[in-house]
Amino acid sequence: MNVFNLAPARVAAVWRRNFLVWKKLAGVSMLGNFGDPFLYLLGLGYGLGHYIGDMGGIPYMAFLASGILCSSAMNTATFEGLYSAFTRMNQQGTWESILATPIRIQEIIAAEQIWAATKSLISGAAIFIVAGLLGGIQQWDSALLALPVIFLTGLAFAGPALAICAIAPSYDFFLYYFTLAITPMFLFCGVFYPLDTLPATAQIMAQALPLTHAVALIRPLLTDMPLTMPWLHVTVLAAYAISGFFLAAHLAARRLLH
Amino acid sequence: MSDAVVTASGVRKRFGDRDVICGVDFDIRPGICFGILGPNGAGKTTLMRMLLGLSPISSGEYMLFGQPVSSHAVHSRVGVVPQQDNLDPDFSVRLNLKVYAGYFGVSAAMAESRIDELLEFSALTGRGHDQVSSLSGGMRRRLMVARALINNPDLIVLDEPSTGLDPQARHLIWQRLRSLKKQGKTLILTTHYMEEAAELCDELIILDHGHILTRGTPRNLIAEHVEPEVVAIRGLADETDATSLCAGLDLRLDHVGDTWFCYGHDARPLVARCIERPELTFIHRPASLEDLFLKLTGRDMRDEG
Ligand SMILES: Nc1ncnc2c1ncn2[C@@H]1O[C@H](COP(=O)(O)OP(=O)(O)O)[C@@H](O)[C@H]1O
Ligand SMILES: [Mg+2]
Repeated sequence: MNVFNLAPARVAAVWRRNFLVWKKLAGVSMLGNFGDPFLYLLGLGYGLGHYIGDMGGIPYMAFLASGILCSSAMNTATFEGLYSAFTRMNQQGTWESILATPIRIQEIIAAEQIWAATKSLISGAAIFIVAGLLGGIQQWDSALLALPVIFLTGLAFAGPALAICAIAPSYDFFLYYFTLAITPMFLFCGVFYPLDTLPATAQIMAQALPLTHAVALIRPLLTDMPLTMPWLHVTVLAAYAISGFFLAAHLAARRLLH
Repeated sequence: MSDAVVTASGVRKRFGDRDVICGVDFDIRPGICFGILGPNGAGKTTLMRMLLGLSPISSGEYMLFGQPVSSHAVHSRVGVVPQQDNLDPDFSVRLNLKVYAGYFGVSAAMAESRIDELLEFSALTGRGHDQVSSLSGGMRRRLMVARALINNPDLIVLDEPSTGLDPQARHLIWQRLRSLKKQGKTLILTTHYMEEAAELCDELIILDHGHILTRGTPRNLIAEHVEPEVVAIRGLADETDATSLCAGLDLRLDHVGDTWFCYGHDARPLVARCIERPELTFIHRPASLEDLFLKLTGRDMRDEG
């Protein structure tokens, strides 16, 4: 397998398949996309925000909205790359059916990764609207730049998720990944409170995690907080996306092409 | 044989320290239906997966349209009906075909007319907008065949196409496959149904434990390996009973479970003896591929895969 052999038209054909499935159930999934963040922001942003007031120099609603935007991009891409991709790979034989055509495994992985990021973008856009309505966005002129960053965040989480999917014996396996990787990031990467609240070693460890960098990019784009070292954050996210892709393509080839 | 669609020389497949395909040689001429027969676990699916580039060969040379099977340029000329149904359960019949056409880069406009043709070919006209989950087993399998034809392939590879289907559905599939052959397509078919092989295959190999036991046309193979007549008998007490029934006759005896098979060039004397024993049930028939298969692969039961 040559992982660099990626024809855009073939990647697009696989992406389109997933899109067409999503479109059938778009109504239901859009409800979740709007409803969940709405409840989160209402419950935590207003409820908790009432007691907290400002956090990191901005209203808690704005602080939380940008954090939730990032964690939802993480969750959406991770779910898609684990559970949905596993269904296509294992239960439905969708990948196997595609491998009987000129499309190769690395193109399927690329398409799955881009599709998962697309879903992050879709749910991100919904949260973006909700956050705007609830007063969670302070800087409208830079806010739209958050959308491509959400897409990049989706890529950064979909890559590793697809690699885990490719080695998973069953759906149960994914619980480990949530407990060991996703939940810690959700709690320790600055979604709910500023990183500098944490002990020094924990802060350093958090710097290695992609969600930290997504938050560091998106929060300043939506709020009055200053943006520092944007290219560092972009580079870390891109590194996760690209190395996740290589790893996932390699592991999926090992699993399916034996 | 430079015009062969497939040539295998010394093709070997090793899983761990076990040889599953043990260095096989064969070639497949264009326009024929080539059968790969063998009991469960013989290596039929492995041989096919290697041909499709889905499983790297361990050694040997395996060529498809004159190119190594690993070259993916050849995939656009092949249609595949895998052993496991992998239709898209979220899509209608038409959308299954349309999305699959997209994988081959067939444009949407071209796909539409091709889909109409294929639905008619597979006797699925009128079911186009139905969900795949509402189709019967036979319809699903015909849709799998239609899907494999979407790119107008020269070679169609089918892994046990009629396993699990009822007789009507099976005959309909066979009829479709014969008409593909008439259109000049080359077919490769794996099966463990001898009736299927006899109906469809111009040439076949019998595979067992990764070795090719024999190769030829169904008719020649039967003539070469098996006596022309068979009497299959049930109700015999034991082996002694069976041998004494056949005593003095020039017959070969074999059995599967409680059924005894007596092979020979003239079985009429045996039939006469059977008629005198009303407790026996028996049938006198010409030898078939089934007999050849049982003779070559033995009569022991095989486990799945
Ligand atoms: N991925 C694999 N790893 C190890 N052994 C395998 C693998 N795939 C198939 N086999 C073994 O190879 C043999 C041939 O399998 P297969 O080609 O599926 O047979 P058939 O299709 O004739 O029933 C079986 O014994 C099976 O257990
Ligand atoms: Mg098989």
